[in-house]
Amino acid sequence: MTKKPFEGVKIVQLCWAGVGIYTLNYLSHYGATTIRVETATRPDPVRLFAPFAPTNKEGEPVGLERSAFFSITHTAPELGISLNFKQPEAIEIFKKLVAWADVVGEGFPTGVMDKLGLDYEGLKQVNPEIIMFRTCGYGHTGPMADQPGFGSILTAVTMMDTITGWPDRPPVPPSTYYTDQLSPMYGSLAIMAALDYKRRTGKGQYIDHAQIEAGLNYMTPLILDYQTNGRELALKGNKCDYAAPHGVYRCKGVDRWVAIAVMNDEEWQIFVKAIGSPEWAKKPEYSTAPGRIADSDELDRRVEEWTANYPPEQVQKLLQKAGVGAGVVANAKDLDEDPQLNHYNFYRELEHPYMDKLRYYHPDPIKLSNAEPDVQRPVLLGEHTDHICTEILGMTQEEVDGLRKKGVFD
Amino acid sequence: MLSCYRVLDLTDDKAFICGRALSDFGAEVIKIEKPGGDASRLKGPFYKDEVDPEKNLTWFAFNSNKKGITLDITTPTGKELFLKLIKTADVVIESYAVGYLESIGLGYKDLSKVNPRIILTSISGFGQEGPYKDYKDPDIVVRALGGLIYTAGYDDRPPLGVSYEHTHYLGAMNGAVGTMIALAQRVHIGQGQHVEGITQQALDIVCSAEIEGPYAFFGEIPKRHGRARAAVTLKDGSTYYNPLLWSCKDGFIALNLLLNPASARNNLSMMEYIKRDGIDIGSFENWDWQTKSWEDMSRGEADKLMEVLGEFFMNHTKDELLALATENRFQLGPCNNAGDVLKYPQLNARNFWKDIEHPELGTSLKYPGGAVVTTQGYVGIKRRAPLIGEHNDEIYKELGLTSVEIQDLKDKKVI
Repeated sequence: MTKKPFEGVKIVQLCWAGVGIYTLNYLSHYGATTIRVETATRPDPVRLFAPFAPTNKEGEPVGLERSAFFSITHTAPELGISLNFKQPEAIEIFKKLVAWADVVGEGFPTGVMDKLGLDYEGLKQVNPEIIMFRTCGYGHTGPMADQPGFGSILTAVTMMDTITGWPDRPPVPPSTYYTDQLSPMYGSLAIMAALDYKRRTGKGQYIDHAQIEAGLNYMTPLILDYQTNGRELALKGNKCDYAAPHGVYRCKGVDRWVAIAVMNDEEWQIFVKAIGSPEWAKKPEYSTAPGRIADSDELDRRVEEWTANYPPEQVQKLLQKAGVGAGVVANAKDLDEDPQLNHYNFYRELEHPYMDKLRYYHPDPIKLSNAEPDVQRPVLLGEHTDHICTEILGMTQEEVDGLRKKGVFD
Repeated sequence: MLSCYRVLDLTDDKAFICGRALSDFGAEVIKIEKPGGDASRLKGPFYKDEVDPEKNLTWFAFNSNKKGITLDITTPTGKELFLKLIKTADVVIESYAVGYLESIGLGYKDLSKVNPRIILTSISGFGQEGPYKDYKDPDIVVRALGGLIYTAGYDDRPPLGVSYEHTHYLGAMNGAVGTMIALAQRVHIGQGQHVEGITQQALDIVCSAEIEGPYAFFGEIPKRHGRARAAVTLKDGSTYYNPLLWSCKDGFIALNLLLNPASARNNLSMMEYIKRDGIDIGSFENWDWQTKSWEDMSRGEADKLMEVLGEFFMNHTKDELLALATENRFQLGPCNNAGDVLKYPQLNARNFWKDIEHPELGTSLKYPGGAVVTTQGYVGIKRRAPLIGEHNDEIYKELGLTSVEIQDLKDKKVI
């Protein structure tokens, strides 16, 4: 069998919420052995995020294993251990895991790990070659180092809440936790580069991943435009500075829409033909982009008169077949049924002991010709505590039972 | 960290960021343009609004650190030179229409014959196979099919795409990660492979918990609610949308309003600040933040709370509210624009911004620094983006060409 990309790489992670999880999923999907450290005394808040899978019996508490939010973001194989860091023995077990690992990933604000003596200096004493990946909202230095970093706030501070909207109204969020899904790719690159470097040199390192800084790396053109032209981004609805028609158009059905973008003059000719060469489209001014852009409101009205007669799927097929960009404005159901995503087997349906069958376990948005991702249901809290202690750390079952009585695994 | 790797970059503006990200970690990235310069150099915005291929700001942003050569890979001589370069390289990144490289004899199989260790990373809107593979994928179209437009916008107007084209960067950045995964596997198997970064799938990951979750359990289809995103349930069982974004004195802020015992102290102290402004908080004087949540609130009370918060925020600037949030650990942040981030105190305290010289412009520009800070050297921008053909001499001489031969290729418009 072909060896997996990260076969032999050992990861210990104490990541909370989204970013650290998305970051490490790339490694765990592709062969790394990952141990997730949690505690029921202070659970990952995402385990408490709605929507929840319905419980089996009336009045049964929802518990920590029924959040779709948690489940859908934890799609990679992990082993789970529960460690309550209030117990000194739990810290000792954690240190043994650090000695075992190549990478330790964590996502707490500055101070949490440090107070336990588990900052980079502390980990290095246990394992000098360790790669420590720390992600938090604002980075581990500076006046905001200890601020909690929720994706919904980071999206705002990284400019991403000022890029969606109409000229005459306040902007709207493009998504709730946009930076949670945009900043992890930089984190993964950092860990993979560090592993590659460690393989060649034997040296570990400390990686400080500030979600605000990773997020801003997507926004550079806007920052340069402001510096050199004194201009902030102007909200323009669905219009485009250099192309028309370009927008979202109403279709047949309830709240059904299609996005259409005619990007150049050649596509305009194709578009006109595809919609039946109506009289209004023959205006000579429309044959070049500046002429179409100048009259884009009128064009949008005309295009919508046409799209309103058809369901969006039909518009998409007809225009794409002709060679013009068009796509259904997909809602949750459309995504579920999307033939392209399904062609790539992007929805993995898996059994879960508390949620039954659930369809939205995803691999990464990557396809490799030599490696398949391993997609799994999320690990339960402390699911493999005994296995990890006895098989990986070489403890006896008696020791484990004794520590359990003390509350080390709570 | 990655200085031992050479990457050939054939991407257009959809995916410049992929090679840029690898270069941030030290990889040698050679941007290959067609003679005369890449077509996307002519898309704005420009330095001082001067339409000039050497003053393109998107080019500056995402081709910094790279070397730049010109080469027409469609001519026989150009193709030959490209294959010589392939022998020296580890990775090729491309974002052409699906099947284009194959059609000119430079598909993965062709490259692999010349260098079996080569990794080809293809970035596209929908993927290299499947029913949409030949679809046109402009920003708004791939974003629509990726599920991010339907839930963005006001319910009385059409759903919204973005005014800043960047959607393909999600696929491109996944292409960069995929490239690293393939480099890791190459150590084990001794050969390269074909990697795909796919934007539609990257968007679907953004949708996963928020949009697919409610559909999975309850068949619910989340819709657009203006400045609010998630619904809460009130005492009468009805659904309520509290805004995520709010107007303040000089712009907008985001507020993550949590009504649970863990947030009680924050909410109480927020009420104290509001009262200091002379705002009447009505029945919230006696509200038990420790035990009560949305499920204990009537619609009238919820409306009143929104009114009180709205009035308070309008009394203050983004800077004031940021200071207040930092001091009290409120889950509140300014909706920064470019001017705001350049003076954001936390970023300045971390020396985030990097001044990069542009000798040809007689100035330097501030760029975002690295996406991570590490103890094994600086990660991030080091030098400005290449001029058209800036490194032709360096790279072609390395391949063994003489100055005369290089001039000849220039005359024949191969480079």
